[in-house]
Amino acid sequence: MNEEEIYREHVLDHYEDPFQKGECPGVTHAHQDDNPLCGDVVRMELRIDEDGKIADAWFDGTGCCISQASASMLTETIQGKTVDEAKEFAADHMLELFGARLTPNRQKCCLLSWRVLQTALFSPKDGEANGG
Amino acid sequence: MTTAQTSRFDPATLRADFPILAHEVHRGVPLTYLDNAATTHAPRQVLDCIRETMERHYANVHRGIHALSEQSTELYENARGKLRQFFGAEHADEIIFTRGTTESINVVARSWGDANLQQGDEILLTEMEHHANLVPWFQAAERTGAKVRCVPITDDGELDMDEFAKMLSPKTKVVGVVAISNVLGTINPLETIVAAARKVGAIVVVDGAQQAPHQRVNLAELDVDFYAASGHKMLGPSGIGILYGKRGLLRDMPPFLGGGAMIRRVTTEGFEAAEPPARFEAGTPPIVAAIALGATVDYLAQINMDAVEEHERTLANLAQEKLLALGGIRVLGPTADKKVGIVSFVVDGVHAHDVAQRLDKHGVAVRAGHHCTMPLHKRLGVAASSRASFYVYNTVEDVDRLVAGVEETQKFFRRGK
Ligand SMILES: Cc1ncc(COP(=O)(O)O)c(C=O)c1O
Repeated sequence: MNEEEIYREHVLDHYEDPFQKGECPGVTHAHQDDNPLCGDVVRMELRIDEDGKIADAWFDGTGCCISQASASMLTETIQGKTVDEAKEFAADHMLELFGARLTPNRQKCCLLSWRVLQTALFSPKDGEANGG
Repeated sequence: MTTAQTSRFDPATLRADFPILAHEVHRGVPLTYLDNAATTHAPRQVLDCIRETMERHYANVHRGIHALSEQSTELYENARGKLRQFFGAEHADEIIFTRGTTESINVVARSWGDANLQQGDEILLTEMEHHANLVPWFQAAERTGAKVRCVPITDDGELDMDEFAKMLSPKTKVVGVVAISNVLGTINPLETIVAAARKVGAIVVVDGAQQAPHQRVNLAELDVDFYAASGHKMLGPSGIGILYGKRGLLRDMPPFLGGGAMIRRVTTEGFEAAEPPARFEAGTPPIVAAIALGATVDYLAQINMDAVEEHERTLANLAQEKLLALGGIRVLGPTADKKVGIVSFVVDGVHAHDVAQRLDKHGVAVRAGHHCTMPLHKRLGVAASSRASFYVYNTVEDVDRLVAGVEETQKFFRRGK
């Protein structure tokens, strides 16, 4: 595989200038997890409205370029989508969204935010134990 | 005078023995293999031994009366003899063939640990242990009620020997310590540790995974109770390693795995265990790998282990110096004179995975992550690091390619900043 492709321009753009990184105002759903292997951390915060729409999506985290850029891409993608649409967004879709071909080890970095999102959709803020 | 010559042997000449080094990892990019602390490559002499054993002498050991079985048994036991000599053990029956360091430590924790540990006892480990010398002891603690404690390290990445002295007490039954840290490269003061442990009657279990490949070891002189090492980290094949145990201790220990080869007699009522080392080698052992490990230590001995250590220290020193000169780089661990062969580093603002990925483009193989030392990385305050580790076949040119790759990585991720 040509490594040059991994850090494509759009990947680096998301890494350096991420979409909605920080706290989500009026957050209703949130989840956080890490990848203990490399120490990547991603938190997803969502505001889901009464119609079941993700009115606002934010992420936060630290880690490698792949984990953070993919979190930014995912956040941008689900912004404004319905919860059902977000649930249907499968791991394969996430890898496709990322674009560059990844080895199995680095797919884990890319899928961290996706895992966190899938749990966040089911995690109302009130029920969250000590901030995840 | 050649500038590439860093020691008593010429690594450039030696490289011809290692077929894999001649391969390109990416098209047009030669391999700069600096992941030797994870695993090492085998020379032709070891590969030939594997082929010859399988083609001409292979059969199960200790079972047959036929010619091939006699031959393979002899080769297998000869290999044990070579390892005894390489490690300076007194008796060949003190060398047990295992799958590697991890299995060796598990055998000690299961067999010696279960038979000797109880509530109130303490197992004294260190903050810089590999998970292989932590988890088996946590498991033993769960089974026996003993408690695990970890000696802290100093900010310089050395064992805090004052704390060690304070934590060591008559409650301590086991002192488990890594001879050389696989992240920091720190060489731990085994003589001092053994002498202190003797005074409180604790046994000393040494994780020699990173020492055996890089330093001359004399186990009889060191006077440790158990010592574990892996063949694949010292130019041998994977799936083979050794557990050294003092004869007196091994003879009193119950077997861990049960099955063929580890028994003297089996009846429908029960079994009688064989004497060591067979007692701890249940089932068909990795016969070919063990014989090849014998060829491996022959190869290392012929280079001379003092020369090996000197060569790696020279390369690691140089790498550490040049990396620090780039700026924006933190090297983990003590100064170069207190360590051997390993340079772990963190590039400011760039995650270790991205460093390794970028270096791979240049054909430079380094490890990135926590290197199976999560407590140590927590102590150092970094989630992950990149590690360059050197061996006999590495050259000054390899160091230059590493440094150039890191410099390019810094520039790449600093674009627009
Ligand atoms: C210090 C140390 N201990 C133990 C191990 C485990 O060795 P193995 O995986 O060969 O059992 C390693 C290697 O990963 C190591 O570097």
